[in-house]
Amino acid sequence: MFHKISTSVKRLDSFSKARGDAQYIDDIDFGEIFHALLITSQISRGVIKVIKLPYLPEGYNVVTKDDVPMGGKNVVNIINLDWPAFATEEVNYYGQTIGLIVGPDKNKLFELLNKIEIVYEEKEGAFTIDEGLNCKGGPIYGHNNLFVDYNFEKGNPTKAFNEAYRVIEEEYETPFQEQVYMETQGMVGLIEDGKLTLYASCQCPFYIKKALCTILNLETEKVVVKQTVTGGGFGGKENFPSMLAAVLMVAVNKIRKPIKLILDRKEDMTITSKRHSSRTKIRAALDKNDYILGLDIDMILNGGAYESCSKVVLQRAIFHINSVYDFENVKVRGRAVATNTVPTDAFRGFGTPQAVFAIELFMSHLAKLKKENDVIFKKHYFIKRGGKTVTNGIMHTDVKLEEMWAAIKEKCNYEEKVKDFGRGNFKGVGAAFYLHGGGFTGDGEFKIIKSKVKLRILKGGYVEILASNVEMGQGVLTTFCKIVAEELNIPLDRVIYQNPDTSRVPDSGPTVASRSIFIVGKLLQKAAAKLKEKWNLSDECEVEENYESPVGLFWDGDALQGDAYVDYSYGICVVEVLVDPITFEVKTIGIWSIHDVGTPIDLKIVEGQICGGILQAMGYGYLEKLELKNGRYYQNTMTDYIIPTSLDFPTMDIMLFENTSPFGPFGAKGVGELPFDGAAAAFTLAVSMAIDRDLKKIPVTPEYIFEVLRH
Amino acid sequence: MNTIKFNLDGKIVEIETEPFKRLIDLLRYDLNVMGIKEGCGEGECGACVILLDDKLVNSCLIAAGIIDGAKIETIDSIKETPLGKSIIEAFADFGAVQCGFCTPGMVVASYYILKNSAKLTEDEIRYKLSGNICRCTGYDSIVRAVLNVANTMGK
Repeated sequence: MFHKISTSVKRLDSFSKARGDAQYIDDIDFGEIFHALLITSQISRGVIKVIKLPYLPEGYNVVTKDDVPMGGKNVVNIINLDWPAFATEEVNYYGQTIGLIVGPDKNKLFELLNKIEIVYEEKEGAFTIDEGLNCKGGPIYGHNNLFVDYNFEKGNPTKAFNEAYRVIEEEYETPFQEQVYMETQGMVGLIEDGKLTLYASCQCPFYIKKALCTILNLETEKVVVKQTVTGGGFGGKENFPSMLAAVLMVAVNKIRKPIKLILDRKEDMTITSKRHSSRTKIRAALDKNDYILGLDIDMILNGGAYESCSKVVLQRAIFHINSVYDFENVKVRGRAVATNTVPTDAFRGFGTPQAVFAIELFMSHLAKLKKENDVIFKKHYFIKRGGKTVTNGIMHTDVKLEEMWAAIKEKCNYEEKVKDFGRGNFKGVGAAFYLHGGGFTGDGEFKIIKSKVKLRILKGGYVEILASNVEMGQGVLTTFCKIVAEELNIPLDRVIYQNPDTSRVPDSGPTVASRSIFIVGKLLQKAAAKLKEKWNLSDECEVEENYESPVGLFWDGDALQGDAYVDYSYGICVVEVLVDPITFEVKTIGIWSIHDVGTPIDLKIVEGQICGGILQAMGYGYLEKLELKNGRYYQNTMTDYIIPTSLDFPTMDIMLFENTSPFGPFGAKGVGELPFDGAAAAFTLAVSMAIDRDLKKIPVTPEYIFEVLRH
Repeated sequence: MNTIKFNLDGKIVEIETEPFKRLIDLLRYDLNVMGIKEGCGEGECGACVILLDDKLVNSCLIAAGIIDGAKIETIDSIKETPLGKSIIEAFADFGAVQCGFCTPGMVVASYYILKNSAKLTEDEIRYKLSGNICRCTGYDSIVRAVLNVANTMGK
């Protein structure tokens, strides 16, 4: 039985959204407004020689690097400062921002934009991981194109390989992926009460604020960021809005008028950040019974032209590279390489889906060599409480994978199906196991984010939540209110949470990393407990709560050793497929999943996260093809880039397993990203069984199946 | 510029417009029907659907000039009808709203299929809603909500 908080309520934003009353950025009336269009690089790599502008009628302006105010830095302040907000002489990816053209009439702006002529000296670009590693055309970043090169070990992998009876090696690839949030990127900048103010569809208002202070050289109190109703993010609105905001606010600062910047779909898909494509090589040292003595893993992410948050994505990827398994001896190398493509960045899962794909496929491959069922083989290595993670941290909490597997295999008749289908009979079933660490990696929550929340009692007995985490579809508006209402034992309609405005709320961190409930929700629960004691002291009062690192955890950020995450959520996904023997189209017959997310704060909201996350991952595994040609994406419209419709996959069977966490509110753990992590691997394993071939990359399109079967 | 006259959500509207202006722009920016959303601008996603003379169409693919004399129903009137209200209620009950950007379009499309189908099974709902893309929900909750309304209506 789940805690009573799990009982579903109607989401607080249901009606305003379904009725079309909710105001997204392009729906808000700001009065008389100017529009901005981006002037972007039309080549992937080169030097800008001349920019020839047409005659600009009165009221029309072009804004470039020369308009960055004195003292301001022409960069997008994310982690590193390598990404110029406006390109200087050099351009490093197709679609890179060179300037903005601003004026009152949008049609006139398109006309003028077409007349801008930019002369480039084009250079040879590096687009693939190999071209990046080989510094084709000369280094883009540093001397070797590596944003970072991480190395660490667990146990004694050298000894394991020396003692190996045999060594097996495989390589896996995953593609770029586009978020396709239904609402494209958009924002409006203006001057409000003397402050540079930005209204934006975004995940991280304080990230944008930091970027604006850097480029405008302004004190923190002179810049305000207000989140507007956000039509999906999935990671795509974590850092990229900082880039758009930086250039837009330089224009607002110069022109002193309200300016709107909304990307249309094609532009959005052409220039915004994507999921990192990856290549992972895994070598296994096996004993004479084909049990694993040790692993040697080399993972490379394509980071695009600028660092953005590639380092952090890579950390999460390599810290999840052993997924749910506890291998004794492991050597890990992880690199993020620069290429002349759009900077890759956050996307639901944040490196974990790439890691899970590689390790799940590899484990199944080893099982096949050992002639053992792959689930039985995988179970030998399940990590347990007290076990050691790949970074030599301790698994401090209960791992219930065995129990979860027992529950799901009954539901989907896994064992019977494996027996009945055999291999190569165009029918297949695949199971993938995965986990996801909640909150920032390592000591990020404690050292970098330092979350703070406030609760305020308003007149009339209402309690207002002051925090910076945004509602972008995942339900946090409702779940935050539920946590506070439950702790205070007051009706839900007594709790208020408004879209964050950086001038009103403390920085409780970005809306990323499956951290909103697990980290910030816990702070809210603690704050509410504090407030309970003060409740009768005055009509209006306020309490504050700051993040404190849990006792007993250890992290060394330089050596990448210790407890990389406070606690983990777990999942198992089973997919059954039927492959058409003539067209090689794959029909998915069933999708089953079981997830341990601790206490669900709201059953329907959690199920919605799971269903939506799995479907996106099925798209990643089967449909979503994003290919590069000379650094440009072939697919940059919703006609060409295919994401799942209601017809592509069947209704899912979703189960939840209760295993509460001591660290989250009411025992809750993170859920946002977890369901994305394993479905593409499960799907690929199912097809692999159906055609009796090893598959090593996604998407598993009919063309890829044809290619594999022909050889 | 031409003057066109049409019925918008039950009211007669007369407005001057470029005949080739996209209907979505006329409705959103000239007539303030902000419940219509633009997801793709090329008829793929269904966020901008409306009823044009009782047919479900993507308003991003329609030129404003051709609606002279037509009847247009948008989310603004559909949400006030008894059927529209039960769809919205069901969406709330079944957790079918997440980011909400596709939702008004989804409600309009559901209204259309519920009104125009004698009987609706889960498969038929999946088929008939396949012109409306949602990136958040995975569709199951939406299909359940619409099926529930269909069952209540005896369909």
